[in-house]
Amino acid sequence: MAIKVRIPTPLQKLTKDKAEVEVQGKDVREIIADLEKNFPGIKERLCDEKGALRKFINIYVNEEDIRFLKLDQTPLKDGDEVSIIPAIAGG
Amino acid sequence: MSYIKGLKCRECGRHYPKECLYVCEYCFGPLEVDYDYERIKKALTQKEILSRPKNLWRYRELLPIDGKPTDGLDSGFTPLIRARNLEKLWGLKELYIKDDSVSHPTLSFKDRVVAVALSRAKELGFDTVACASTGNLANSVACQSAVAGLKRYIFIPADLELSKIVATLIYKPTLVAVEGNYDQVNRLCSEIANKYKWAFVNINIRPYYAEGSKTYGYEIAEQLGWRTPKHIVVPCAGGSLITKIYKGLKEFYKLGLIDAPKTKFYAAQATGCCPIITAVKENSEIIKPVKPNTIAKSLAIGNPADGIYAVATVKETDGAAESVTDEEIVEAIKLLAQTEGIFTETAGGVTLGVAKKLIEQGKIPKDESIVVCITGNGLKTQEAVVDKIGKPIKIKPNLEAFEKAIN
Repeated sequence: MAIKVRIPTPLQKLTKDKAEVEVQGKDVREIIADLEKNFPGIKERLCDEKGALRKFINIYVNEEDIRFLKLDQTPLKDGDEVSIIPAIAGG
Repeated sequence: MSYIKGLKCRECGRHYPKECLYVCEYCFGPLEVDYDYERIKKALTQKEILSRPKNLWRYRELLPIDGKPTDGLDSGFTPLIRARNLEKLWGLKELYIKDDSVSHPTLSFKDRVVAVALSRAKELGFDTVACASTGNLANSVACQSAVAGLKRYIFIPADLELSKIVATLIYKPTLVAVEGNYDQVNRLCSEIANKYKWAFVNINIRPYYAEGSKTYGYEIAEQLGWRTPKHIVVPCAGGSLITKIYKGLKEFYKLGLIDAPKTKFYAAQATGCCPIITAVKENSEIIKPVKPNTIAKSLAIGNPADGIYAVATVKETDGAAESVTDEEIVEAIKLLAQTEGIFTETAGGVTLGVAKKLIEQGKIPKDESIVVCITGNGLKTQEAVVDKIGKPIKIKPNLEAFEKAIN
């Protein structure tokens, strides 16, 4: 299953300056694991020591905030798009 | 002359250069401007401030630019009005309205943040500015960037009030109406900001932009005769304004311009979009995002960026948080107009309505000084009140018709 993930600028050093990458996974948690496999070091940027998503990061699946879905257990299917976006914006 | 040392992560304290950066690379915490307060203290005295023109740049040393201000040179220093009719009505000793509904040039407090953002955007070398807006910011960015000769892209939710659309289009920006709520506009803009090298005032140059809101607080302290109110009621959307007013008062104290502030901060939101109020009331560490449903569109941010800092401001100052319904918002708009002569937008209805509620609940005592923050103008949200204020009496042009109509 190929899932397109949009990477925010502060993390693009880890993805060799790529703003979009394709990874595998059945839910958001698996996507983060696969990102870590391909781009070592990215998981500790996204998650705290306990493995929970950092509070200043928002993740969207097909434009919907995963906090309105099933958080990191939000299921994914082929062709879905995931956006990782810094929470500090707007207002 | 610059008083900026650099940027610093509010969460982990890591330092960054004073460039176009907005979040910490490590923890994603917000970056804040780090000032050289020692030098500011030498330069910025009461006497010096009083000698300067009455606009927001009289506090220039506390604003994040390197050179001379170039934008919003007549913005700020709006009236602080003693609200004697409301004092009488509610049995209060000392009530003030800080009235940004008459802000120059676009009638909302956003003129402050945009003045700072554009001055800084030019210093950072941008020729194009942009923003995600619930309306007031759209008006101000469109206006001030037209004056500055910058290219401008403005993104709004498609269902915005007509006056806010007109008051943006008149300045000829590229105006993009996104089918979705503000939070969706904001997410899209974050993605666009990732790809296009534009200065998004409330995204990638947000650390500089947000500092402009401090001037609202500085002015309150100065206009009260270099003192702070005991209570201040602030409308919350993204939660930045309340946080920055608090920061402004603390900075004034740090510089020796006022005594230690003992101001309690009260957060005001509409019941149809009150994630900050909910977090305060539930004593929660996190903000649960909501899908907004309120006539107070300028406050309709379901996923507030500075929500946790707004909550912290309320808690640290021993304040409170409250919300009002759409009906209460309309009643408060009418009340403010009919008592103090100020026609505010829906956000102002929220603030005054919440102030009334907190006074009735006894959370704000009647015998201490109170400031209510009015941040926008009612002519921009006429839809909210047009069917609730009666109609003109239509008559033929003769005396008989007039007397018949009024009796």
